[in-house]
Amino acid sequence: MTSTAALESILDSSRVLVDPAALATYAIDGLLPVAVAKPASTEEAAEVIRLAAKERLSVVPTGARTKISIGARPTRYDIALDMCALNQIAHYDPADLTVSADAGMPVAKLNAALYERKQFLPLLVPYYSQATLGGVIASGIDSPLRQAYGTARDFLLGAEFIDGTGALVKSGGRVVKNVAGYDLHKLLVGSFGTLAVITRLNFRTFPAIIDRSRGFLASFSTHETALAARHKIAASSLSPLTLDVINPGAAKIFSSRTPATPQATGFTRDTHRTAESQLPLPGEWFHADEWQLCAAFAGPPEVVSRYVRDLTCVAEQSRASAIAVLDDATRPPIWGRLREALSLFREVSPFAAIFKLNIPPARHAKAVRVLESLANAAKLPLALIARAAGTLYIALLPESAPDFSAETVSLLALEVLSLGRSLDGRASLLFAPAAIKPALESTLNSGSHPDLSLMRRVKSAFDPQNIFAPDRLFRNPL
Amino acid sequence: MLMTQILTRELRKILGPAAVLSLPEDVLLYEYDGSVEKGRPDAVVFPSTTNEVSRIVKLAAHHNVPIVGRGAGTGLSGGALARSGGLMIAFARMNRILELDFENQRAVVQPGVVNLDLTRAVEHAGLYFAPDPSSQKSCTIGGNVAENAGGPHTLAYGVTTNHITAIELVLPDGQIVRVGNKQGDPSLYDLAGLLVGSEGTLALITEITVKLSRKPEAVKTLLAIFDTIDDASETVADITARGITPAACEMLDGWTLRTVEDYIHAGFPLDSAAVLLIEVEGLHEAVTSQAASIDEICRAHNGREVRVARDDKERDLLWKGRKNSFGALGRLAAGVYVLDGVIPRSKLPQTLRRIHAIGEQYGFRIGNIFHAGDGNLHPIVLYDPRDIEQFKRAMQASAEIIRYCVEIGGSLSGEHGIGMEKSELMPLLFSDADFALMRRVHDAFNPRCSLNPGKVFPLTKGCGETRIRSSSANHPTPTISA
Repeated sequence: MTSTAALESILDSSRVLVDPAALATYAIDGLLPVAVAKPASTEEAAEVIRLAAKERLSVVPTGARTKISIGARPTRYDIALDMCALNQIAHYDPADLTVSADAGMPVAKLNAALYERKQFLPLLVPYYSQATLGGVIASGIDSPLRQAYGTARDFLLGAEFIDGTGALVKSGGRVVKNVAGYDLHKLLVGSFGTLAVITRLNFRTFPAIIDRSRGFLASFSTHETALAARHKIAASSLSPLTLDVINPGAAKIFSSRTPATPQATGFTRDTHRTAESQLPLPGEWFHADEWQLCAAFAGPPEVVSRYVRDLTCVAEQSRASAIAVLDDATRPPIWGRLREALSLFREVSPFAAIFKLNIPPARHAKAVRVLESLANAAKLPLALIARAAGTLYIALLPESAPDFSAETVSLLALEVLSLGRSLDGRASLLFAPAAIKPALESTLNSGSHPDLSLMRRVKSAFDPQNIFAPDRLFRNPL
Repeated sequence: MLMTQILTRELRKILGPAAVLSLPEDVLLYEYDGSVEKGRPDAVVFPSTTNEVSRIVKLAAHHNVPIVGRGAGTGLSGGALARSGGLMIAFARMNRILELDFENQRAVVQPGVVNLDLTRAVEHAGLYFAPDPSSQKSCTIGGNVAENAGGPHTLAYGVTTNHITAIELVLPDGQIVRVGNKQGDPSLYDLAGLLVGSEGTLALITEITVKLSRKPEAVKTLLAIFDTIDDASETVADITARGITPAACEMLDGWTLRTVEDYIHAGFPLDSAAVLLIEVEGLHEAVTSQAASIDEICRAHNGREVRVARDDKERDLLWKGRKNSFGALGRLAAGVYVLDGVIPRSKLPQTLRRIHAIGEQYGFRIGNIFHAGDGNLHPIVLYDPRDIEQFKRAMQASAEIIRYCVEIGGSLSGEHGIGMEKSELMPLLFSDADFALMRRVHDAFNPRCSLNPGKVFPLTKGCGETRIRSSSANHPTPTISA
């Protein structure tokens, strides 16, 4: 029996795709699956995994596939397991501020439902209108709102998932405080489908105060002054919702581009609506050749006045050249662009190489200096987002493919990696053109870890036969 | 035991004679923690460095002796007890703060650093370590990490796991591994996130990088007084439902607060049925409006009076009453059993009624002092441990309360851990498939079950059963009562 026939014995034939056009939409950096399986229930998904375990077929779980090409591509790709048909809220207790939903549910759709009760999930991530809960967790991508709410690992309460033996497993729970059993769900954050198929996720929700939020922008002539202002704010009594510094390259893109986010599908009533990034910028917010500090905050009027007063004071002391306070009309389009920064960079340049550098925030000034000189030497446009929480997004944006040879990128990648190590942190590759990925795979990801034996043993515990996205995160000797 | 004599001799060679205890009268002191369990180690060692820990672990592996790590021994679930005997590694001498990085709000500490000592070392810079278990004056950060400890202020700031960014660990073969990084976003798998709360069953933790939080500019502490427990619990449910997150929201019922007041004189009103101790923190402007909203909600639920602490002295006294409450109850009975269930916060009123009914059914007065804001209950059962029948009944009543918490969507433990106290209750939450995966993850770190055997997993599901000495447990552990 072929694997396709075996899949059709489990799923309705309309849920098994094999035609080339369909397969092409599931390509990961040009690599096509043999078949696409779209289970209609968790049990069906588990049966697919049991089949795969028996037949040693490799499986890549997918959501909307907006971040499927982050990092290295899998070395084997038999089945694309599309979880999008599992997309319902399983349990919502607004009075407890907890929610449990299927992994295939779009974040935007869940947020629209939560917003009915004036709550939300602070996962305002790139490709927001499509991104599924499972994909956001598996990719470990962060949101500008992490400044106030932390990352998904901080408010993910529990999960259900299918391990590599096809068993349906859970960890954590639905309550906000829980120490029973190992926190296996934390391992799923950033696991890129290599450990398990996520089927359900339990989160703590938050009051939708971003409803009444305001924004603050300040322009600086140098990165040192912008980062110094950011540090002063981070070390003050203020607790802004977002706190980012962006470089002139990113500001130029924000001013000139409107993200081509696909039409959202009817669940956009909330204020953090998916389309907000598509609003035109009302006026010249981003000054050319300047570094921008972007902050957001919320609260009753007296709190808002305090933020405006203190932020203005810090910006002026740090010699800001321009200051703007954003209101309900001007905040959404700027917030939308900050949220969609990575997708905007990729639209600007289809050849973009985007890295993430996690280092202590006080090291950002030094990192930026090095990165700017690297980009200058390679004659490549550079866009940067520097979050106060320490994450630095670095986008190298060649205008055409020939600007960007595999050797150039490999060399840059090595530099970024060693920069991460020298500054007490870690670098990883997010996006790069498919054509140069093979040259990078041996360098990045696993290359930043001197010792992978413990990681490999954890992978084997979840996935004894190495069927999930083989070699996506690191080479597995199995 | 001959093996022990050889082993202790070799340990003394590595650590010096003063850092190894093996006389029965010495190790006896280490058979207790804050729980009702016991488990005596054959020897206790006090390493000073990670390398010493690694050498000890290799030696123990060579002699096939189990190991348990221990901080201050304040745990409430038997996590730091030598259930199978063997070697106890006490981290009391690894109590140095290795690095304070104020700019990045991080500290690197050895596991034996006392929780409150870290805050004291950084408060001059306006910073503190946020997890604040009631035992914070004596408990260690290593123990906090092992148990994923909480505390009253975790309501707003999260439990220990939210404040840990990197860990250095020693595996049972002696290998030293570092996971996580100073900034905190994991690269590859979040092994630091897995280790926090793993109760010493995966690795020994020898160095911890923690986040330091900024002290708020303003704090308001409110004491809301109620004539019925129902009104107090409805108030908590309403505060939560309205999306107000105080920094802390604690409840003390009338019976316990009278006991506490008698001992501490914190100023709790003696004729009330329940009080809420609520704290709001942040900007002056925000604190004022939050306190006003909370005051309004309390009064809407028949709150008799809402007092605001006038100064730090009053505030400290209220917290002293709260944090010493378990000790105060200890004056009433020889045995104090503190439970640690979690429920959805929307189910608080019905759960407190149920706990009261269970107490009546089994003939116990059950007190409640707990983290109401995050639904983390601490029912307290007073009993006489010399009366074995009464002890059994106390354990049955406790198991029934915990089972009720799980039935309505909650959990076995919010912050005290499973340890050996609740391992047999784990099947209430987890299936065989769940245990199978947890066991494989356990084995990825600790394949021979040499670290803290007999904890977390039910004895039939873990690997510890062959190592358990029947004599070490002189109390029956709570089981699922029929």
